[in-house]
Amino acid sequence: MFRKRSTWALPYVIFMVLFVVLPLLLIAFYAMTDGNGHFTFSNIAGFFTDAKFLNSFLVSLEVALENTLICLAIGYPVAMILSNKDLNKSAVTALLFILPMWINALMRTMATAEIFNAFGIQLGKGTLLFGMAYDYLPFMIYPIYNVLNKMDKSYAEAAADLGAKPATVFLKVTLPLSMPGIISGVMMVFMPTVSTFAVSEILTNNTIQLFGSVIQEQFYNMMWNQGAALALVMLIIIGITTIFSSKKDGEAEGGLI
Amino acid sequence: MMKKILAKSYLGFVLVLLYAPIVFIAIYSFTTAKSMGNWTGFTFDLYKSLFTGGAAEVVGGSSPEKVGSLVTALENTLLIALIASAFSVMLGTLAAIGIYNMKTRQKAAVQFMNNIPMLNPDIITGVSLFLLFVFLHISKGYVTVILSHITFCTPYVVLNVLPKLSQMNPNIYEAALDLGATPSQALRKVMIPQLWPGMLSGFILSFTMSLDDFAVTYFTAGSSGLDTLSTYIYADARKGGLTPELRPMMTIIFLLILVVLLLVNYRTFKKTKTANS
Amino acid sequence: MKVDPKDVIIDIQHISKSFGDKTVLNDINLYIKKGEFITLLGPSGCGKTTMLRMIAGFTPVDEGTILLEGKDISQVPPHKRPLNTVFQKYALFPHLDVYDNVAFGLKLKKTPKEEIDQRVRKVLKLVSMSDYEDRDVSSLSGGQQQRIAIARALVNQPKVLLLDEPLSALDLKMRKDMQIELKEMHEKLGITFIYVTHDQEEALTLSDTIVVMNEGKIQQIGTPTDIYNEPVNSFVADFIGESNIVNGTMICDRKVRFIGHEFDCVDEGFGENVPVDVVVRPEDIYIMNNLEAAQFTGKVTTCIFKGVHYEMTVVTNEGYEVMIQDYNAFEVGSEVGMLIKPSDIQVMKKERTCNTFEGEMTAEDAVEFLGVEFDCLPQEGLEKGDKVKVEVAFDKVDLMDNLDEGVTEGDVDFLLYKGNHWHLTIKTEYGFNVYVDTNDVWDKNDIVGIRIDKEDIKITKISE
Repeated sequence: MFRKRSTWALPYVIFMVLFVVLPLLLIAFYAMTDGNGHFTFSNIAGFFTDAKFLNSFLVSLEVALENTLICLAIGYPVAMILSNKDLNKSAVTALLFILPMWINALMRTMATAEIFNAFGIQLGKGTLLFGMAYDYLPFMIYPIYNVLNKMDKSYAEAAADLGAKPATVFLKVTLPLSMPGIISGVMMVFMPTVSTFAVSEILTNNTIQLFGSVIQEQFYNMMWNQGAALALVMLIIIGITTIFSSKKDGEAEGGLI
Repeated sequence: MMKKILAKSYLGFVLVLLYAPIVFIAIYSFTTAKSMGNWTGFTFDLYKSLFTGGAAEVVGGSSPEKVGSLVTALENTLLIALIASAFSVMLGTLAAIGIYNMKTRQKAAVQFMNNIPMLNPDIITGVSLFLLFVFLHISKGYVTVILSHITFCTPYVVLNVLPKLSQMNPNIYEAALDLGATPSQALRKVMIPQLWPGMLSGFILSFTMSLDDFAVTYFTAGSSGLDTLSTYIYADARKGGLTPELRPMMTIIFLLILVVLLLVNYRTFKKTKTANS
Repeated sequence: MKVDPKDVIIDIQHISKSFGDKTVLNDINLYIKKGEFITLLGPSGCGKTTMLRMIAGFTPVDEGTILLEGKDISQVPPHKRPLNTVFQKYALFPHLDVYDNVAFGLKLKKTPKEEIDQRVRKVLKLVSMSDYEDRDVSSLSGGQQQRIAIARALVNQPKVLLLDEPLSALDLKMRKDMQIELKEMHEKLGITFIYVTHDQEEALTLSDTIVVMNEGKIQQIGTPTDIYNEPVNSFVADFIGESNIVNGTMICDRKVRFIGHEFDCVDEGFGENVPVDVVVRPEDIYIMNNLEAAQFTGKVTTCIFKGVHYEMTVVTNEGYEVMIQDYNAFEVGSEVGMLIKPSDIQVMKKERTCNTFEGEMTAEDAVEFLGVEFDCLPQEGLEKGDKVKVEVAFDKVDLMDNLDEGVTEGDVDFLLYKGNHWHLTIKTEYGFNVYVDTNDVWDKNDIVGIRIDKEDIKITKISE
């Protein structure tokens, strides 16, 4: 009789179970079976025994870590300046920094590679990091800016009032309070970089193979079970990172426009 | 003062870095060289070639088939984005209303599920959906791509509509019922108009994410020959070198997005300003 | 009191409601007469809003029925009930202007346009908002939004108007004005108003009948005068107006002893030597410089001017603190004499004289109650698993600042000053109520540790 409004989510819940939960379970299922559907550990074992898999995995982690740090180092000051009312009054400037997110990433990446080519720079690890920073910087700036922008200025003022030097104010008040934004930004940069595939191929001219490319290659070569096993490894890594970082994540990513 | 100049120049420097590739594309859309970085004189030829579907036969332009498949890719991209985001907005808005009215534990569970597609890297979403369609023996094509796009777009709609719900007076829906509206009338006449801004930003976000997607489309389009801009560019890149007509196309798309975003933000900006005064 | 069923518009029978394991309404029975202005009054969480929402149909009932003019409406969805609600924060539709807000209900009923026009104009005139038809609702002040919210409900000509703390968002001055207007509106329209508030003054000003509620139960139903002059228990006495509430003993009919003296009173039928609560309103204590003629004497400790009267605290020679209101000021430090007329003494039965819990023995010298295990003296003849009744005197419960020192913890839910000590209600972490007499000063919502010495736990076996 009383139609509960909570049931309005039912279609979505069913959709999610079918298109999110079931597919993830299928990754696990394919990872643990062979081509005939028999249970096996050999695919997972393959990850640890095949040097190619392990190497590309470690390279991916390294690149993702470096890229995240680069983005954080460049992006945090940008977010701070943008959120400082004395230095920047216009919301449009902030918008300019997130606008590139709306341009096709592959297209941007192609253009970046072409710029390197035009300047005669050899494609490799350096260009990969540079190009990735282009791609993912907005994802780092936006959540940090969001948190800093909403932060009550009186915290910093209170710290200064209590005798803290500007550097201390930053280290003891602003930085800890902006942690949710940093975590969110790190997630939004680390997750896609660790799993990227096409971008790395374009930016390194296929000289560096990241883990994403290796997974893609398995599927391209119809080795679904091996591919699923590698995907499962990545899923577990992502899951662990998420659990570690989601303790106090806040809602920094809500409402991108 | 010094601090201000320093800050501004830092911002300027980062902006230049960020926009370099886009500006680079825009500049080289006015020259016909096969590869960017090689200026062969200012011309609108690539735009002509793009708009005539290759029939203009300009120097450096591509064959009509090539331009044709590029235009088809663009059409596919737009169509998929449009359908996927429309469905996402419907599904996501209803879901947000439902989630908002759930009890704490139930709410946490559904919100956790809602987070999965957002946290999942594209490649995992792509691979998992690929396996789903293989497992269910669904042949890949338009439908699978659209379903997959709905999968990763809807969480963002939910995320955009939920705050609008919590800003809303919780009694509004009940007030409508109280005045004699049936639940569906209350939804149409009272809830939707209130949630509209959130739904709109959810739509725009979904639309642009769908436009931008590569990995999920790559895995779910299969070998059906269905190309979106992303997969088209990827295929191009693998063959070495982009179809030159992509340059004018990307320039136009960028300008369109710029205008739309500035308009949307200008409107919300103006609204908050009048609300504050 | 018998009421002609024809005069009853709403009849609430045995209504109960729980959210999860929390009971918000416990077997409520109430009838509401046609044309009455009835107020549900109580502190937050007492169930008053839940009751209103049940009448409106937003919250389903767990048990019991609600009759509207004799017909059961408890299963009718809200949009089919001929009642309208004025919400706490107005709940005006922000995307519609004033006219469309008011016309909302009529449009849904497909009322002809001319009639809508006419009725909207009329109701806007009633709430003195005639010139605001085209205004955006967000451009209106709180008071104006309130009027539109009332107009939006009234235009549908409901049989009953429900008002959920409609004035709580307004400032004091505006609230007083709106109270008068509401009262006038009620008289003019003659329809039934059901009003929910936690503001006792508002309830006394507006209502024909007040229903005082606490913890999901009706404490007292009556006219404002009845409730003020003859509160049935210490909760009502404390909640309505200001009062001196102290422990007393009914010696025999018409004789009660409190604050160390014996007084004549008008109450009968309590029995002999029965512990009672005694209420005396501060304005009912006569204060004078003449010590000879006084029933009891004391020294003024504070004296504050309150506009019309002075409010004084006097500590009696026996050490009790009493609050007195008088038009004359008495100097701080001066010796004064006091008198109370028999008819101004309100004697009430005590709801309880000690804490009683259900428990279970967990060992020979340990008992579980309040959801935790307490040490007790070794109990002969009782063994593990026996169900027992546990009694603890109010003043034997120790409250600790340091939560670790307590066996369990709780927060201070309700405080009552009883002249020379505080009587507290503590809600424990597992949802039990513990009543405590203490001389320490605590504030509402303080979190305290609870400890009971083993000598103070009295255990009796419940025979099955």
